[in-house]
Parts: sequence; structure tokens; C-alpha cells
Amino acid sequence: MSDIVEKTLTALPGLFLQSQLGGGPAAAKASFSSRLGSLVRSITLLTSKHEEEKLIQQELSNLKVTVSAPTTTLKMMKECMVRLAYCEMLGYDASFGYIHAIKLAQQGNLFEKRVGYLAVSLFLHENHELLLLLVNTVIKDLQSTNLVEVCMALTVISQIFPREMIPAVLPLIEDKLQHSKEIIRRKAVLALYKFHLIAPNQVQHIHIKFRKALCDRDSLLTRSVDWTPTAQGFQGCDVEADRQAFGQENASGYKDLTGSFVTILKQVVGGKLPVDFNYHSVPAPWLQIQLLRILGLLGKDDRRTSELMYDVLDESLRRAELNHNVTYAILFECVHTVYSIYPKSELLEKAAKCIGKFVLSPKINLKYLGLKALTYVIQQDPSLALQHQMTIIECLDHSDPIIKRETLELLNRITNAQNVTVIVQKMLEYLHQSKEEYIIVNLVGKIAELAEKYAPDNAWFIQTMNAVFSVGGDAMHPDIPNNFLRLLAEGFDDEAEDHQLRLYAVQSYLTLLDVENAFYPQRFLQVMSWVLGEYSYLLDKETPDEVISKLYKLLMNNSISAETKAWLIAAVTKLTPQVHSSHTVEKLIQEFTTSLDTCLRQQAFELKHLQENVDLMKSVLPVGKSCDDMMVDASLSFLDGFVAEGLCQGAAPYKPHHQRQEEKLSQEKVLNFEPYGLSFSSSGFTGRQSPAGISLGSDASGNSAETGLKETNSLKLEGIKKLWGKEGYLPKKESTTRDGVDALPLPQETAALENVDQPVTKKDPPPALTPSREEKEKQLLASSLFVGLGSESTINLLGKADTVCHKFRRKSKTKETKSGEPTSAHPNSLSNASYEEDYYLDTLQDIGDKELKKISLDSELLDSESFTELHMVEKPSDCNLPRPSLFADNNLEIFHPSQSPGASVANEVSLAAALLEDPTEHMHSPVIEVCSNETISASSYKIWKDDCLLMVWSVTNKSGSELKSANVEIAPTEKFKITEQLESCLPVIEAESTNIFQHSVQMENPSTEGTLSGFINYQKMDSHSVQLEFSVTLSLLDFIRPLKISTEDFGKLWLSFANDVKQNVKMSASQAALPSVLKTLQHKLRLHVVDMIGTEGLLACQLLPSRPCLLHFRVHADVLVLWLRSSCSALPDYLLSQCQRVVEGS
Amino acid sequence: MQFMLLFSRQGKLRLQKWYVPLSDKEKKKITRELVQTVLARKPKMCSFLEWRDLKIVYKRYASLYFCCAIEDQDNELITLEIIHRYVELLDKYFGSVCELDIIFNFEKAYFILDEFLLGGEVQETSKKNVLKAIEQADLLQELLPTPPVI
Repeated sequence: MSDIVEKTLTALPGLFLQSQLGGGPAAAKASFSSRLGSLVRSITLLTSKHEEEKLIQQELSNLKVTVSAPTTTLKMMKECMVRLAYCEMLGYDASFGYIHAIKLAQQGNLFEKRVGYLAVSLFLHENHELLLLLVNTVIKDLQSTNLVEVCMALTVISQIFPREMIPAVLPLIEDKLQHSKEIIRRKAVLALYKFHLIAPNQVQHIHIKFRKALCDRDSLLTRSVDWTPTAQGFQGCDVEADRQAFGQENASGYKDLTGSFVTILKQVVGGKLPVDFNYHSVPAPWLQIQLLRILGLLGKDDRRTSELMYDVLDESLRRAELNHNVTYAILFECVHTVYSIYPKSELLEKAAKCIGKFVLSPKINLKYLGLKALTYVIQQDPSLALQHQMTIIECLDHSDPIIKRETLELLNRITNAQNVTVIVQKMLEYLHQSKEEYIIVNLVGKIAELAEKYAPDNAWFIQTMNAVFSVGGDAMHPDIPNNFLRLLAEGFDDEAEDHQLRLYAVQSYLTLLDVENAFYPQRFLQVMSWVLGEYSYLLDKETPDEVISKLYKLLMNNSISAETKAWLIAAVTKLTPQVHSSHTVEKLIQEFTTSLDTCLRQQAFELKHLQENVDLMKSVLPVGKSCDDMMVDASLSFLDGFVAEGLCQGAAPYKPHHQRQEEKLSQEKVLNFEPYGLSFSSSGFTGRQSPAGISLGSDASGNSAETGLKETNSLKLEGIKKLWGKEGYLPKKESTTRDGVDALPLPQETAALENVDQPVTKKDPPPALTPSREEKEKQLLASSLFVGLGSESTINLLGKADTVCHKFRRKSKTKETKSGEPTSAHPNSLSNASYEEDYYLDTLQDIGDKELKKISLDSELLDSESFTELHMVEKPSDCNLPRPSLFADNNLEIFHPSQSPGASVANEVSLAAALLEDPTEHMHSPVIEVCSNETISASSYKIWKDDCLLMVWSVTNKSGSELKSANVEIAPTEKFKITEQLESCLPVIEAESTNIFQHSVQMENPSTEGTLSGFINYQKMDSHSVQLEFSVTLSLLDFIRPLKISTEDFGKLWLSFANDVKQNVKMSASQAALPSVLKTLQHKLRLHVVDMIGTEGLLACQLLPSRPCLLHFRVHADVLVLWLRSSCSALPDYLLSQCQRVVEGS
Repeated sequence: MQFMLLFSRQGKLRLQKWYVPLSDKEKKKITRELVQTVLARKPKMCSFLEWRDLKIVYKRYASLYFCCAIEDQDNELITLEIIHRYVELLDKYFGSVCELDIIFNFEKAYFILDEFLLGGEVQETSKKNVLKAIEQADLLQELLPTPPVI
């Protein structure tokens, strides 16, 4: 825009004179006619912010009077709205005018209406309550014969519209899709797209329409005569809506459209569109980019679909050679697509060249995007980083922090054990320069992660973490200190190594604390105090007493928060048993037993009492055993005598909390004169919740008063909890921690370290004629940064990274998986099991398949002990795997299928039984054949586990020869998260035998249903490999599990959830009673019945893994008022439609 | 697109369009922080920013900064072209547009924006069509009988 004359406001007063004498036409018009003009002018004449404020407040109060005066005409009102919008843009509150904006849109003539609508869209947002008043106006205008009115209505709908009113306008907008004017169709599509975003389930049927339209138009396209701008415009929008749909819908449903998209893109790239759609002589760039993005989504990990698009992508890469910004935009998208879809080496080569063009470009924007692209592809092709290493080094010292940050992100991706020190150092440098909190928090997390993963030695690790803690401060993610402490506490296999690390940490903290006037963030101090408390005993020189006095000094510091002080006192408490008698401890007790902070005070008292009994203290606070469990008498049986005595003396027996609660509640009900049903939220839940809170408080305080009375025994327990439970650190640990199975640390760390110190020189330096010293430095840096990359090491960087010594990899990881398995194997509760049984029988009856009953019986009869045994045997060897597969290799032995080829049903039965990990607990769907050919047949069934949906595929080899490299491959979708459970690629399936494959599936985004599709690959003896496609449908209900919560929790959760949906459903006559509805919902939808009060019922469920959804309903004659709430925005919508189906259907 | 802001070199907001529902307080906070960040950047620096979890694309035309917030998967370069197309539209409509035109006719600038971008998505990429739509709407109001001015 070189032709824009630069004019600034500072020159404004002068300009006015000019414009009045005949300056720019628009400015002149404005200065004469509008009162906005005079307002703007007077504002610019002011010098101070204060004056401006005064002036605008004055203006606003004038406006307030004007808009509410009955004599104000609509024309004046229009003018007022413009001024109000201006004031609001300057940051002043103009909410008094909102209602008038709506009125203006309602009553004004076209021009006034236009301003009214604009003001509404500027003032309000889609959740604003006043917006409801606009709905009627919008409906009227949509039905108007005046095109301009229709346009205005559609424009406002596409920007803000209340979600719950969508049904009122939906049919009208759908009609507009057939309108003769292009602009109207276009706006209608965008409005529908908007609806799709805010309430996806309301416009689900639209997708089919779009899809049909897309196909129709495709036939139009091929007869390019009909290729009109109209169609194209319409198309662009459709494509947009479809693209968005992919985000949530299963992409595979759209795969068949790939051909159409490719054809369209081919025509666009080939310049078949009218010139109107050219942008700087590039044909329809927006459409091109949309299409490329869609292709990227469609072709992801799908070879056959990808093959369709290779040609057109090649063409796009070739065509986009014009040196204009917009062609680069297309190129960038193209590169992205090429790397997203199933790879083709030729295309990848070209795309890599393109990335080179970006990276080497002198234009900074392109360079940035080049780095971004590199970051994206680096994991697929690390050699690309080597190619551009000098550019990357230059960017590392770029003056623009954004470029620097992107470069660091790139380096972060290529970090390995050999280059970690250099990369982390660069990151720390950047960290010290940044001020923005978001960046700091983000970067600190990355550094901590790298340090934990690749640290070459103890000193480096501790120092890096020190930097992380002191810079990251209190804003950083709490996981970082927690993980660090856990790492330190749990240690590694090598005791000497642990000892060294801890000692180093202790020493470094003592040095840090010695620095005068140093300021450390609270989090860091907490970490220090914990480490010092735990591991000071490792010190030789300094005595615990000296450490205590350092901690005491900190305690007396005013800038330390109460929370940190609690940590400090805890540390002192831990150290006290190691000194005989300390003056400092005495002082501390004296100081804090009178503290105003109750928590500190309590701790001080605990310390005081413990100190009086040294033996007890030593047994309670053993040295260096932070990870060991302590036996605690949780039933408090030693108090039985005390209780009995109390009862003898006439004390009331103890009632559990919930019982007291219920009693209180029933009393309340008597006194409640409000109609309970009418205002559910106020009288129902808040009423119930607040007394709970109060009594909880009194309960707790009662407890602490009691502890004061009791002897030191009880104090001991309290003390331990407080000391070690702070910040949630120190979770329950199992003694299995030390079974020493995870042989993680590999040797050669020292070698790796040396490598870094003396950069490897075998890499050819890039051709530089006579490298200056600066150059040399850079090359040196490069060689240290890119060490361990490149083709000679390994192609797959990720794979390598995993095998490289994870020196500090946490043990907890393996432990988590270990502890995860047994818990899932525990039977939950009897009620649950029986309910599941019910459900299963229901489904069975539904299907009416008698034979299957036998399967379940078989499975129940199966000896479950053998499985638990297997758990034990398998676990240790699994620990090194990232994901333990329970049956890894032994599975073949367990389920030897019967060899009779005819009895395939029996085969499956035994398989099904054998495969259920804990047959009595989890229910499964009937076995359905998903695909078959002459060689194999595959069937599948679902197991509804508590934590996921387990899809089991059993593949039977019907032929007489064995099959090689058989596997089941599930096409990844955006909708589901799929994890392979068993080893999915077995080398052979023997003749007439069956193999089992398992995938656990979780739903990523709620939707009614989705298709899971995949292939079975296998290879016959001496022949090519065969691929067999299959797909199964999963519904939302497959992922819904009961959520077992109490009524109180329900109340609390209910208030905390923002997304809610409410609807009235008519019930079928047969079940118009609360219990039967409850039963239906419980059985058909797997909801947990929380409570039933009068005509109301509360149910809870969760969408796996853990998205809760709460349901409240009330029965009125034959109408069911359903009200759902959840933390997840789309979930209530979908669940509601399921409920509706169930309740209306049966 | 999540929102679009136009502000002057002095940091004064000239136009704001929000395509995501936010409270006034959040809007003000975002505007303030963003204006500060963008104004602090030197002219030779990159037009893209990573700010919180958003991508910011900005460009300066004369004394005005045009600033868009886009989501992660969006294309930065094409967003620059969106800004450019909007400036072209303004330029064509006002005839060599300047900051003053936008200040004094800011409702017109909004009308043009609404014809070009609707609900955060590009509605019409043809310059001719956008201007035609605006002209039609402008023309209609002139044809209406205007009530006597008081």
C-alpha cells in the first residue's frame, strides 16, 4: 500500500483545515456531517488521559439521556449508536445502550437497521442474555422479501446467535441454501458452519446435504462449461464447513470424496476459474489452501487415498513458482500436506527443497516459516537439520526473539544425550532474556524435561534444575518440582549413584543459601527445604545443627510465604532427631508455638511434643527412608478403650459424616417452604451444599481439638501426615519399587560427556573458503549441536532417542504401569458386577442369541487364577517396554484353539473366554464377523472395560497353509485414540488356527458414533501380501461408564460445570414412572444412579477416560425434564440425544 | 480467526472484531498486552508472533497496525494476504484510504469487514463482489425517503 499517504493523528488539527478546504472527499464528508467527527476531534485535542476520561464520561451521560428520551428519532438513535460504539472501543462502558441497539435493529429502516445490527454484533457476545430479544427480529428479516434485510440477518447470525435458539431459524437458513442469489447462499452456509461450531448435534443432518451438493457439483465441474463463479463461491464455503467437520467427524467417512477434491484442486491450479477469483494473478489461493489442508487430513497414514493426490500435489509444487507472498502461502501448505500424507520419496524430496527455499530466504517471514516447517518434519527426516545447520546457528543468534524461540523449539526436537548440554545452555540463555511469563513457563518445562531425560552427570543435572527453579519461579508447572523430588527420592538402581546425586544436591543448596541477599522463588525454597530435611545426613563436614540454623534464618525472613515456612519447619523436624539438643530448635518452638498461623503453630507443637520423646521421634522420622511405607494403625484401634469409656459415660455414638448430613437434610426438608421443584439450582443444590461445607469445617476443627486432648500417640500420626503430605508429594508407594527390574541406565555416559566437550570433527564442515574465527566458532557450535544426528547414526531420531541412555528416567513410569494393571484387575464392587451382569443379559435378550450365553458362562467358569499368575510372571519382563502388554509372547500358549476347522464358533468361544483378562468382570458384545475371504475370516467384539473400550479382533486362518506377517492395522482417526494392546504383528498364523489382536480405544471428542476402520494384512506362502479392509461402528455409549459419586459431590460438580443442556422429552406410556425411567437409563446408557428425591433423579456418568457428565431429571406426568451438565462442551448435547432415543424409543 | 484488531502507532484502538465470545475484561486485557507487544517490535522483525497459545499475524500499513489472531493450524502467510485484501478493499472504497477515513467512518470499515470476513472465515475472496455488496447496501439507503432533519 505504497499509495497510502501517511497521515497521523498528531497532524490532525492542521488536516482539518485542509480537508475543509477540499481535502480527501471522505474526510471532508465526515468532518461536516457527523457528530462522531466532532467527538473524535475534541478527543484528539486533549492532552491527558484524565481529560479524555472526563470528556467521554460527559459524552456518555449525554448519550444516556438522549437514547432514553422518547423524542429521540430513529435517525438520531442511529447516530448515537455509532458514537456509543466508538466510546466502547476506547474502553468505556456503554452497556446502557445495548437494549437500544437491539431496538434499532428491530424498528429502523434499512440503514438504521444496518447500524443497529452492527452495534449489536459489536456490543454483545453469543452468550449475552439480551441477545434473545433479537431472535424475533432476525426471524422476521430472514423471511423478508428485501434481499438486503436477509443479508443483514444472515450476517448477524453468523457472528452471534444464542445456541438454544438455533432450532427457530434453522429451517429458514436451510431454505436459503437454494436461494438464487450467490451472496445469500454463501452467508447461509457460513451461518450453518457457525452453528456447527457451537452446537454440532443440531446441524448433523446438514453434512449429508453438503456432501450431496459437493458430489453434484463435481459432475458440474467436469463439464467445465457450468463452472460458474456461483458454484465456486458456494463450494469454497462448503469445503470450509466440511473441513471443519473433519476435525470432529471421522475422516474416513469422507474418504470417498477425495477424488472430487483432487479434481477441483486440479482445475483451480490449472487456472480454469474465472479471473475474478485470481488474487495477484494466483488462482483462488484461499480455495487452494483449503483443499490442500483437506487432502492432508484425508491422506494421513492412508496409502491408497494418498496415492490419488500425489499428482496434483506435484503439480501444485511446480506451479507455485511466482515470487509472491501468496504463492509461498500455498507452497507452505503444500509442504505441510506432503509431510502429513502417506510419504512418497519424490514428493518429499521436492518438499524438502521447498523448505530449503524458505529457510534460506532473506525475507524474515519466510525464514520463520522455514524453521517452523523444519521443526515439523525434523522427526521424519533429521538429515534436513544437518543440511541447514549453519542457517540454524545463525538464527539462534537472531535479533528477533521470535526467530530465536522457533530455533530453540527446533533444537528441542533434535536433542539427544550427546548434544543436550549445548542445547540446554542455549535455552537457558534465552530464558534469562525473556520476560513474558507464558514463554518462561513453557521453556522451563522443556528444559526440565530434557534435563531429566538426557542429563550427562549429576552436577550438570542439579545445576540445570537450579536454574530452572530460580528462573521458572512460582509460575512454573507444579509437576516440575514434584517430579524432581520424586526422582531424587526414588533414586536409581545404583545406590552409590543415588548417594552422589543427593549429596550434590544438598551441597549445592547449602552454597546457594550462603549467598547474601539472594532471592529465590518460594517453590525453589520448598524444594531446597525438602532435600535438606531428607538428605542432610549425607553430609560429612557440616552438622545437622548448622543446616538447622540456616533453615531457621530463612524462617525468620519476612519475604517467605507461610506455605514455605511449613516446608521449612517440616525439614527442621526431620533433622531434629539427628542432633542431641539444639538451641535453634528450642528457639523455633518458642517462636512458632505462638504463631498466628494455625498450621505453623500446630507443626511447632508437634515438634515440641516429639522432641520430648526422642525414641519415638527417631522411629517416626527414620533417616533416608522417605520412600518406605510406614505402618499406621488406620482403624485407630488403640482408642477403642477411650471410646468405650466415653459411651459408658453416656456419650452419643459416633455417626459418620454422611449420616449426619442426611439427618440434617431431612430436617431441612421439613422447614423448606419453597416449592422445591421450581427452582432446582437454588433450593436443590446450593441449599444442600452449603450445610455440608459448614459441618465439614466444624468437623475438622472438632478433630483438631480432640487431638489436643489425646496422648502423644495420636499426635504422632497427625504429624507424619502433615509433614509428608504437603503439596501432594509422596504418593502411596509400594515396596515393589525396589525390585530392580528396570535396568535403565546404560553405561558410557562418561563417553557421551566427552563427546560433547570435544566436538566431533568427523562431520564435514560446510564449504567455506577461508573460515574466519567467527565462522569457526559457529562451526564448532554446529558440530556440538548436531552431533548424533544424520544418516550414519539412525534415520529415526525418535527411535534412537528412546534407546539412548535415559539416565534420569523416572522409575515411577514403570511403576505406574505396574500398579495400573492390578487395580484394573480388581473387581470393583459387587453391585457393579451385578449391574454389569444385568446389562449384559439385557443386550443378550435384545439380540436373542442363545448361543452366546454359553460364551459368557464359559468365560465365567474359566479359572481366573491362571491369569493372575500370569500377571505376576509377566510383569517384570514388561517393565522395560514402554507399554506393557500382558500377554506379550505367551498368548499363543494360553489359548490353543481347537483344531477342528468346522467348529469355528466353538473356536471363538474358547478364544473369547481365554482373552478376557478378568472374565467375571468385563462384559463384551457378541462376536460379529467383520470381514472374510477364502483364506481368512475375522471377527470382532467389544469389551467394555472400566478404563477403555477394548476391541478384540480374532483372525482365523481357514486355509491349509500358514500365513506370514499378519497384522491388524487400524487407520488412525481424529475421533479415537487407539492403542495397540497385544503384539499386533505376529510373524505367522499357522494353518487353521486363530490369532487375537487387541486395541484399546478412547473417544477423543464426543460424537454420536464413529467408524473404526482398518486392514488385516497377511502374506501367503510365496505370494504377495494381501490386505483386507474392515470397519466397525462405535457409538458414544461404548465409551460411557458410570461415575460413582455421592449426592454431595454431585452438587459440587454440578455447580462447577458450565456447559448445560435442558430439554423436555415425552415418555412412552409404559414407563412413565420414575423408577422405570431410572432403570432404563441405568441399563441402557450405563449411568450411575446417584440419588432419587421425590420426582427427581440424579445420575452421573463419564466419558472415558475422565470427562464427567451429570444428569438431573424430573418427571411431570408423561414428560421427562432432562437437564445435563458437563465440563466438556459437546458431551451434554450428544448424551441428551441418546437419552431421548432411549426414553422415547422404548 | 479469533479476532482482528486495528490500532494506531500511538497504541489507540481503531477497530476491533472478536469472533470468539470473551468478556469485556478479557478483551481489554488482550488488547492492551497485544498492542504493547506489537508496538515494541522493530520494523525489520518477523510479522508473526506466538503469543500465549495463539498465533498473531500483524502488518503495518502507514500509521495503522492490522493484527489478527489465528489458531495453530492456520496458515500465517495467507492471513497476511487477508489483511492485505482488506486494506485493498478499504482503499478502493474510500479511494486512497488513510487512518482518518477509518476513524471517522468506522462503521463503514466494519461493514466492509463483515462482507469480507464472516464469523472469522473468509466469505468472499473476490474484491469486485465485496464492493458490489457494499455499494448495493449503500445505494438502497439513499433511495429511501429520508425524514426531514430536525
